[in-house]
Amino acid sequence: MELVVSLAIGVLAGSGVWLLLRPRTFQVTIGLALLSYAVNLFIFSTGGLRTGADAILGRGEVGTLAEFTDPVPQALVLTAIVIGFATTALLLVVLLAARGLTGTDHVDGRERER
Amino acid sequence: MTAWIDHLVIAPIIVPMLAGAAMVIAGSDRRRLLAGLGIASTALLLLLSATLLVVADAPEVRIYRLGDWPASFGIVLVLDRLSAMMVALASVLGFAAFVFSLARWHRAGAHFHPLFQFQLMGLNGAFLTGDLFNLFVFFEAMLAASYGLALHGSGTARVRAGLHYIVVNLLASLLFLIGVSVVYGIAGTLNMADLAARMRDVAAEDRALLEAGLAVLGVAFLVKAAMWPLGFWLPGTYAAASAPAAAILSILSKVGIYAVLRIWLLLSGDGAGASAAFGATALTAGGLLTVAFGSVAVLASQDLARLAGASVLVSSGTLLAAIGMGQAAVTGGALFYLAGSVLAIGALFLLVELVERGRDIGADVLAVTREAFGTGEQEEDGEPGERDAIGVPIPATVATLGGSFLACALLIAGLPPLSGFLAKFAILSPLLAPGGGAPRPMAWVIMAALILPGLATVVAMVRAGMDAFWASPAGTPQRVSVVEFLPVALLLALCAALTVAAGPALGYATAAAEALHAPANYLRAVLGTPEGGR
Repeated sequence: MELVVSLAIGVLAGSGVWLLLRPRTFQVTIGLALLSYAVNLFIFSTGGLRTGADAILGRGEVGTLAEFTDPVPQALVLTAIVIGFATTALLLVVLLAARGLTGTDHVDGRERER
Repeated sequence: MTAWIDHLVIAPIIVPMLAGAAMVIAGSDRRRLLAGLGIASTALLLLLSATLLVVADAPEVRIYRLGDWPASFGIVLVLDRLSAMMVALASVLGFAAFVFSLARWHRAGAHFHPLFQFQLMGLNGAFLTGDLFNLFVFFEAMLAASYGLALHGSGTARVRAGLHYIVVNLLASLLFLIGVSVVYGIAGTLNMADLAARMRDVAAEDRALLEAGLAVLGVAFLVKAAMWPLGFWLPGTYAAASAPAAAILSILSKVGIYAVLRIWLLLSGDGAGASAAFGATALTAGGLLTVAFGSVAVLASQDLARLAGASVLVSSGTLLAAIGMGQAAVTGGALFYLAGSVLAIGALFLLVELVERGRDIGADVLAVTREAFGTGEQEEDGEPGERDAIGVPIPATVATLGGSFLACALLIAGLPPLSGFLAKFAILSPLLAPGGGAPRPMAWVIMAALILPGLATVVAMVRAGMDAFWASPAGTPQRVSVVEFLPVALLLALCAALTVAAGPALGYATAAAEALHAPANYLRAVLGTPEGGR
């Protein structure tokens, strides 16, 4: 499972970085979205990857991380998802505004002369 | 101490949050109500931060536990001299920028008022929190508001610069998250004090990974602080932003500096075992490169707003280089420099708009956006500039503006007699005589890095000043209302006060720096058990 998850994070991050370096705003947005998926998976995996672990302690159990999954990375990833979602939405609005005002969807270049 | 004083620690976050929420409910049409709320909130923040500044001036660190949970489970806010100082700077700058915006800028777009309050909330939260993940949340709150403020007033230049600003900062936030989660994965805590206490016990094979995580975290902060080569976004964005927004944005780059200062000194201090002084060389070298880049940028800038943006780079670089030296006395001087440079650069950003207005560059953009957004009460108010102008085309306006510009130039270049010079002196003097011994070779490099940018700034400011005040064609009317000039005067008067009261101010900064370099009190305060019966 570790191999699959780390490969997934690697592929997402790699594609994200590649798209981020592309010239057009839409590619940059998608790149940021992919990168944030990679980061979210990464945060989630720092709690340790296990299947079938309890979410909380049962009655009378003593709390060590061997018995239940670590809730902190899950809380962190939730916050990160919400914040990432909101800022991506904002970025999309700015992207549209920039497209409307400058007439091009380049991040900082211009259309090739025809 | 009594309980109500303890609750004051969270007040700088609560006040702007409630004010902002009330403004959202009030809607964006009731401008008088919004302005009143904004003034009340920023003035209250000013009072609060002044109180906190006095309260924090004590050896013990004040802790606010949310929900009274012990630090290992709950979230803490921490008030020490450094955070009180930063909150005070943010409040002063916030008040000045807000009063300035009331003259005209607050009408140039929707939702200016709530965004401004949330900006202050994010800033104060970032300065007060004692928890890495909360720092991320407040960073995001602050950045989200700053995206809105940077775009305030709209226009092609702003949207273009804003797009770059948002993308760069989103990327920095992702790096921040990676750093935080690596740190959590290794150390198992996000509380800064707890983390510092655990630094010594990190297993040798994990230490490299932990340091890598901290380095990634550092890169995220340094993007905010605009260290070379991470700071190319800064001058363009700040120059494009409207004047009050740019003034408040200029303290945002100091948040990066604050985070580096706080976390780096806490985690790589004497208690860090093998990680002591980790990354100091990178900080100093990066700071020096930033100073070099910033000086060239100052010389190369064609307009005043870019010049102000470039001087933010110089100030960031100076601070990073001084902090990287890792001497408490030098850090104290750097903190004094930080206070002066935040106020002076804020004043310069406000002043730039007033000066450029006479040259009718920003003015037409403003007119267009006001046509698009200005509704309702605007007509009955009339032109604020016509009602209470200091003087229409008479030289008094030019003289006041020119005098303020001169003061800004002296402050930013670090020439006597104002506080910029004293601050640079306070950084250099302990560097050149460390306990009576011979100075380190690095000290000479830093000395050059402090003095040469001053020369560059003088050259650039003199050129820009002659262009703006002497060479402008006769007969261009400059209308500056009292409301717009007062904030600039307030900021400059505070700089003058820093000069006059340099002794106590420097003492405060040095005490703050010493507490940062020896964080035993901080650790004891945060990790100690909560007092019962509260």
